[in-house]
Amino acid sequence: MADYSWPDAEHRTLLGTRVSRVDGPVKVQGKAKYTFDYNPAGLLHGKIVRCPYAHARVKSVDTSAVEKAAGVRAVKVLQGPGTEIHWAGDEIVGIAAVSEQAARDAAKLVKIEYEVLPHVVIDETEPPKNIANDTSPVSGDDIEDMMNNQVPEDEMVKAIMGRGITERPSEEMFKQLPEYGVPASVIKALREAPVKEAPKGPKSPYKRTAVQTQGDPQKAFGGAGVVVSEGLYGIPVITHCCLESHGAASEWTDDKNLLVHMSTQNVSGIPAQMAEPLQMPASNIRVVQDHIGGGFGSKFGPDRWGILTAQLSKLAGGKPVKIMLERDEELEVAGARPSAFARVKVAASQDGKLLGWESSSWGTGGPGGGGSPPIPYVFNIPNQRKQHTAVATNIGPARAWRAPNHPQACVLTLCPLDDMAAKLNMDPVEFLNKNLDITGPRAALYADELKIASEIFGWKQKWHARGDKAQGSIKRGVGVSLHTWGGRGHESRCDLTIHPDGAVDIKIGSQDLGTGTRTCILMVAAETLGIPHDQIKLYLGDTKYPMSGGSGGSTTIGGVSSSTRRASVDARDQLFEKVAPSLKAQPAELEVVKGVVRVKTDHSRALPWKQACAKIGAMPLTSRGSNPDKTKPPDLTNSGVGGVQMAEVSVDVETGIVKVEKMVAVQDMGYVINEKTAESQILGALIMGIGYSLYEEKVMDPTTGRMLNPNMEFYRLAGLNDVRDLVVKVYSTAEQDKRGVIGLGEPPVVSPGAVISNAVANAIGVRVPFLPLTPDRVLEALEKGGTA
Amino acid sequence: MSEDDRKSQEGASGVSRRDFMKLSSLAIATPMVVGPTVLEVEGQEVAVYGPGKMPVSLTVNGKKLSAELEPRTTLLDALRDQFNLTGAKRVCDRGTCGACTVLMDSKAVYACSILAIDAQGHQITTIEGLDKGEQLTAVQQAFVDNDAQQCGFCTPGFVVATTSFLEKHPKPTPEDVRNGLSGNLCRCGTYHGIHHAIAQATGQKRSVKNG
Repeated sequence: MADYSWPDAEHRTLLGTRVSRVDGPVKVQGKAKYTFDYNPAGLLHGKIVRCPYAHARVKSVDTSAVEKAAGVRAVKVLQGPGTEIHWAGDEIVGIAAVSEQAARDAAKLVKIEYEVLPHVVIDETEPPKNIANDTSPVSGDDIEDMMNNQVPEDEMVKAIMGRGITERPSEEMFKQLPEYGVPASVIKALREAPVKEAPKGPKSPYKRTAVQTQGDPQKAFGGAGVVVSEGLYGIPVITHCCLESHGAASEWTDDKNLLVHMSTQNVSGIPAQMAEPLQMPASNIRVVQDHIGGGFGSKFGPDRWGILTAQLSKLAGGKPVKIMLERDEELEVAGARPSAFARVKVAASQDGKLLGWESSSWGTGGPGGGGSPPIPYVFNIPNQRKQHTAVATNIGPARAWRAPNHPQACVLTLCPLDDMAAKLNMDPVEFLNKNLDITGPRAALYADELKIASEIFGWKQKWHARGDKAQGSIKRGVGVSLHTWGGRGHESRCDLTIHPDGAVDIKIGSQDLGTGTRTCILMVAAETLGIPHDQIKLYLGDTKYPMSGGSGGSTTIGGVSSSTRRASVDARDQLFEKVAPSLKAQPAELEVVKGVVRVKTDHSRALPWKQACAKIGAMPLTSRGSNPDKTKPPDLTNSGVGGVQMAEVSVDVETGIVKVEKMVAVQDMGYVINEKTAESQILGALIMGIGYSLYEEKVMDPTTGRMLNPNMEFYRLAGLNDVRDLVVKVYSTAEQDKRGVIGLGEPPVVSPGAVISNAVANAIGVRVPFLPLTPDRVLEALEKGGTA
Repeated sequence: MSEDDRKSQEGASGVSRRDFMKLSSLAIATPMVVGPTVLEVEGQEVAVYGPGKMPVSLTVNGKKLSAELEPRTTLLDALRDQFNLTGAKRVCDRGTCGACTVLMDSKAVYACSILAIDAQGHQITTIEGLDKGEQLTAVQQAFVDNDAQQCGFCTPGFVVATTSFLEKHPKPTPEDVRNGLSGNLCRCGTYHGIHHAIAQATGQKRSVKNG
């Protein structure tokens, strides 16, 4: 059996090194083509008329004027009379016209009447205490909402079985559920759960889960000498704000076949999602994408506007129709990370051992309310009592945002733990170390990462007790946090071809989000085939190539590297079979190093790559690699990482302005493919983390129910000015190598919220309860009891 | 704006803000024809364009490019939609993020905030015109070497802005860079790489490793 295992440090030349991304040159030259750039002759531009109300019912839609307007080629009503609209900006009518300007003008001619309904867009107010637990049956909308909010499978099953369902899905729907990613256990529950009538009357925005307990929380909090720390914490709804807005361009290449350019994290998964709404076979839909301008979890589906491009194109005789969301649309409807707030009580012994956890949490994941974040995070505190209230709001639908639910859970846990350490007057690193025994299988890893981070950061020199006693208005403080993530490689297939002239190409239906996927695939193939990576041609981003999973959950690197490795090993071994007779050797005695196929024990018996490939014959040699593939062990990918971060901030207590002076991230990721792009992922996560800790918030107007900052002046991203000293340590050891490849796009974005909030508390002596840590929030906290 | 500034600006166009308001209302009533309507304002003839299409001629990357455009068309949309120069990106579309940065007579400008008709008679350089052929410029090479890009959507704007910035500040301090390039935004978080790219392009030492 061929040896597919990853080469260790002594047997590799390329893997684990620092290789510049292969698509760097086309990106710096402006030649990289994105969906937004697709501009064929005869292109029609689509625009969408959106509901201006956060909650309304469509009464009438009159498109007669727009149909006659200059330049308009197609009009499609998306949500007609009688439809209930749950957020401002939801799609009502689509228009395609000869130019973007004509489409914008035409959109103004659509007449829509609404019945305006009451809305809820404020989620940070604590829900009333006396709400009954939600026992109403689960509706189809609720299921969709749970899926969008990544509610754990077992929790969904429990809700469906316990509360019943409003209606049984049709057999047709049951067939489609797996395509939407609904887990088998949930589908089973949907078949078995009792059907119950939905309660009449106005719905409460609050859905409270039953109290969950573990151990004996009452005893833990009531024990003699127990120290109790209590606080309020929260993290608001933020948006994805992809620089390339969501969108697609569709055209009918004939009366049966559709070509779709789409900005998506999920090329291979799009046709199946478009087939049903378009009532056509998925095999007649081809989806392509060369480059994507950001996704961060918000671009897995075609969305209503993606489907609309195909519908408008059909109405316009098959001409290409492109819709790219305008910036305000992008921020209002194309991505919202669920909020999470909590009152938390922590109990610990006087020597710093965690004993008890009590939390009453709430937050919104959109119109259905959403699910609860996994708290307490990482630390499995022995005695717990917790309850979550989902708040159904009209803020807009939730989408997965880089490490769904983890940044929220991290803030709601690591901030309370930091407050406990302060109450005990303990160094928080010491406090975390003291409790690593309840973090599960990665306790030793966390200990090591805490040690490394402390050394790089200079923790011992920088840490002081809460409240910087320095003179002047600038106070400095430090914070620490840790996190976890899965990151096992997804399903992936890779086709590799070696041509008789020595040319090599790879075809894989994946996508490169800017994470370095292209570069990593080429590095794996080049290492295995023993030729330079720039001699290999890579094709990706097209449904005509073999299926590879969506780029979410940090699953891409593990998936594509494993499938590419297996394809490359098989192709190389086939080549050895062809070449061996010429070198008077057995195939197993051969190796390929620096473009030369040679006998391992006698380097004089050798053939350069091109000549070796000439032995292939007339037809190219092909191989298919898959992940997972139990027939070709070992497992090349793995799941479960840790990660530790530290931050130093300065806070001006007169203005409330926070600056992040230094951040250190120590991150494990199993077997490292490309250290350079891995580091960039971590640096990017820190910077994105600075943004959501200091600036980002989807600010809603309670009166109009609309987003107040759907633009980039007032929805602020971190800028160059926010980036000071960032240090990344890729945690790479022989032991990590043995684990296989694990994704890292997500884990490093989890801790920044907690780590920066903790540093601010350390600087000013008081917790600023909610992110982002804006000057007004900092000043308000200081008024209530800063000690700096 | 001081009173003198205002006067000199008014002098430049010959139209005061008050007159412009009047003109705007006149322009709406103007029939859709190609070519300007000439109005007399304070004794001077003023050309009023639109709302129909008009011939527009731009000099981009040393080439003359012509198209029939509505006068409300931005330079950015003209470059992207008419001339297929898609390196400059439309992101915020209101002069906040810098993804559309191009050079106008070697000054960095936001192409989303300039009308195509106003760009006539100026030398426009886009990202496509920065390098001559396949050879990358020192700034472009430094962006590649220091991985100052991820998804790459902000990258063309950053490269153009950096090129212009370094012409005025050949040896910038990190603080200069923070201020001088604060008009460009990135979502993936490539700023660390950008700091290092600029250090490389200007032959300065990098303070922290990552290249």
